[in-house]
Amino acid sequence: MPMEARILGQFRAIVGKGLITEASQLHTYECDGLTNFRLLPQAVLLPTSTEEVQAIVRICQREKIPFVARGSGTGLSGGALPVENGVVISLARMNRILEVDLPNARVVAEPGVVNSDVTQRVFPHGYFYAPDPSSQSVCSIGGNVAENSGGAHCLKYGFTTTHVLALEVVLPDGSIVHLGSRAVDRPGYDLPGIFVGSEGTLGIATKIVLRIVKKPAIIQTLLAAFNTTEEAGAAVSGIIGAGMLPAAIEMMDNLAIQAAEAAVHAGYPNCGGLLLVELDGPAAEVEHLIDEVSGICTQCGAWEIRIAQSEAERAVFWKGRKAAFAAMGRISPNYIVQDGVIPRTALPKVLSAIERMSAAEGLRVANVFHAGDGNLHPLVLYDRRIPGQEERAMELSINILRLCVECGGSITGEHGVGEEKKMMMGEMFAEPDLETMQLVRCAFDPERLSNPGKVFPRTRLCAERTGPYQPHPLEVAGVAQFF
Amino acid sequence: MEAHSSSGTSIAGAETAWSDLRALVGAENMRAAAEEDAVDGIVPQIVIAPGNAEEVAGALKIATGAGLQVIPRGGRTKTDWGNRLRNSERTGELILSTRRLNRVVEHAWGDMTATVEAGCTFHQFQQTLAEHGQRLALDPLWPKQATIGGILATNDSGPLRVRFGSLRDLIIGITLALPDGTLAKSGGKVVKNVAGYDLPKLATGSLGTLGIITQAIFRLHPIPRESRALSFSISDSVLSASETMNALVLAIQDCNMVPTGVQIRAGSSSTREIDLCELDLRFEGTATGCKAQIEQTLRMASGARRIESPADVWNAHSTLWSGDEPTVVCKFTLLPADLGTFLNSVRQTSEALHSPWRLVAQAVGVGYLRIEGDVNNTEALLHALEDLRSRLETRGGSFVILRCPLEIKSKMDVWGSTGDALPLMKSIKAQFDPTRVLNPGRFVGGI
Repeated sequence: MPMEARILGQFRAIVGKGLITEASQLHTYECDGLTNFRLLPQAVLLPTSTEEVQAIVRICQREKIPFVARGSGTGLSGGALPVENGVVISLARMNRILEVDLPNARVVAEPGVVNSDVTQRVFPHGYFYAPDPSSQSVCSIGGNVAENSGGAHCLKYGFTTTHVLALEVVLPDGSIVHLGSRAVDRPGYDLPGIFVGSEGTLGIATKIVLRIVKKPAIIQTLLAAFNTTEEAGAAVSGIIGAGMLPAAIEMMDNLAIQAAEAAVHAGYPNCGGLLLVELDGPAAEVEHLIDEVSGICTQCGAWEIRIAQSEAERAVFWKGRKAAFAAMGRISPNYIVQDGVIPRTALPKVLSAIERMSAAEGLRVANVFHAGDGNLHPLVLYDRRIPGQEERAMELSINILRLCVECGGSITGEHGVGEEKKMMMGEMFAEPDLETMQLVRCAFDPERLSNPGKVFPRTRLCAERTGPYQPHPLEVAGVAQFF
Repeated sequence: MEAHSSSGTSIAGAETAWSDLRALVGAENMRAAAEEDAVDGIVPQIVIAPGNAEEVAGALKIATGAGLQVIPRGGRTKTDWGNRLRNSERTGELILSTRRLNRVVEHAWGDMTATVEAGCTFHQFQQTLAEHGQRLALDPLWPKQATIGGILATNDSGPLRVRFGSLRDLIIGITLALPDGTLAKSGGKVVKNVAGYDLPKLATGSLGTLGIITQAIFRLHPIPRESRALSFSISDSVLSASETMNALVLAIQDCNMVPTGVQIRAGSSSTREIDLCELDLRFEGTATGCKAQIEQTLRMASGARRIESPADVWNAHSTLWSGDEPTVVCKFTLLPADLGTFLNSVRQTSEALHSPWRLVAQAVGVGYLRIEGDVNNTEALLHALEDLRSRLETRGGSFVILRCPLEIKSKMDVWGSTGDALPLMKSIKAQFDPTRVLNPGRFVGGI
């Protein structure tokens, strides 16, 4: 059912030309980076200020219109997928860096600011913004906040949540609140801690205070070629076991290397397991440790070790890794990007299980990992034109996640639950765990207007439940049900 | 059990609750509270010590049903933090001690994570981790007595946070017992995990007002191969000491060294001058890395006088609580660049109060301040504390009173402002603890 003209008129009064209702234009917003889920929104709004966001949300609240906030639309779990009868609020036009405070290492940004623009802005002063998802040249800070994005360097530097100190947020009831503060440890509940990573279900961030980090004195990047991923994995254990905390440790298997080579010609050796290890910090420290890393790799069977001799060479080392997902298009018509986490020591067991599952299904799986923190990105390759293969590929990818959970890991390390994995939440958490998370949702968004239906397999009504269980009046009337 | 009334339960209801609790945890783990169990002058009725998470949850459910107030307790090092318990018509208060939940459940050293029960002391936890050359990169107050649960509930931290962050950056999983008896887990055993809401962070620093932490999972770091400290005195020129110190701290933050401690100790034993202004630095890592950074520091700090680092210098903040005389100890937070200005404000305030003072601050913008002397001149002291607080709050900082005479507590909220986020915090509290069983009134804004 199309949205009433009355409501569209009110939206237009707020954002003017920033209201999109033409079907041809709405298609741009029907999905995010997870393209197999699509839904056409009723309208897309492009506000340019906090006040406009607030005015839009107030109308949504009054008219009970669900809304989905959207940044650059690069998410990989369907977090920005529009919802039935809902609108999309795109923050793309709120893309200003409002303040750079170098003495305190803080940057204030609007949500539509592109991740790498923050670093670009402060780099001349010797600072950078640490979270570096592979999509950093396109993805937005607001989207990073929603997903608690990581990246290759979060092994040492932490995730988005580590670097967000405070937020201005429009709550689903249309009020503006300020969470956290520019100084650390604000008294009260850690609201930035709960908001970051909530996947747009608790409100819309309109200003974000970020912590920036001083550039390390030097960076050294080492590439090592092994015959197998097991050998590469043993080297990772050796490095961690020696008490080092590299800035990044990345691993690729042969299929991923082939794809990356075909796409960007990074000059990777054709090997069974490739490691990229990056150390940064004080020069004396890094120069000493890179030799140790090199020694450990050799001991574990590395037959080729290269250390980047220039920034340009380092960029080439990373180019293949950062392009790995997109590169799959070179070796397969279709593929699923998966994101699971395992305790690092379970790596050999999980890799051989993936190999078995892959063989049993007759589908190829390429593996790209943030090996230091056990974050796997298995890429399940398939051909949609072959009947039934897409379904088998999805099943295989889900079974890989189940394997992660069985090993004590997680169904997502950085891509989020979104639409894609909400049914997996019940395999990772028990019912009381999920119910308890719902308490947070009920405090922020009792009417469930902000990105409803995402993250959780099902949501219950936010009724008062004190003491023993009492049925909700709607439940008694037979029009609603608690789960 | 007796029927509920709006103001709580009848005495008979409480008696039923006591016997239910006794049946749950065993008579040997339940006793009448004594004078020494008092919290801010309020002596509770009963102290119980459940033996596992299920018993904690069960005890909470019984307490909730009977309308009792529950005060969670770990190592008793910080039980006086927070506002006074809210007076109410409830039937009684119950101290729930986590002392029997004291196991290190798992040290997955290959994965650099560990699972520990809430009642385990920090010291015991660290000793276990050290067997495999690892540590939780945190240096809280009174590690020998303080428990993991209490440290989490108060979000305590120390000098290491300049490099490793605070608890929010180290905790990866939690188990919480809620007032309705639910036992809920969140997070997990892997460092990188974005599945579901981040309840470990919500519980951290919540002063036991949402649930009782029964277990936590942390990411760990290796014990460094080498650790070197050095200290400087900057008290040569009294007037400019704070500015000099500020400039030096900012210069250290702005260079690309990686210290694991940047600490300022300042104070005045008389009332006019800053007669102590010292800076401590610590470097950890390889021997060559430490040596190179120390050399770099010495070049940068050529204007400051190098001194011998005092013994136990990285626990200096804990000495601010020493002695039994009435004192005020506060935690302050501020932007790093505001530290010099704040030092001057403290000096002026203390001068007006005729009070000696001492502070220990970490360069990330967290510190503790002790004001001594005539703390019984309540009006003047209240005025001074309010003044310091408002100076900090207007610049995005905070000022929380951790220790003070009860009279101050009865006249001043120890936490200060939470801004426009308070209604949201109250909604969260109402969801987790709708009948206000846990530490009622002790947290921000009367939560």
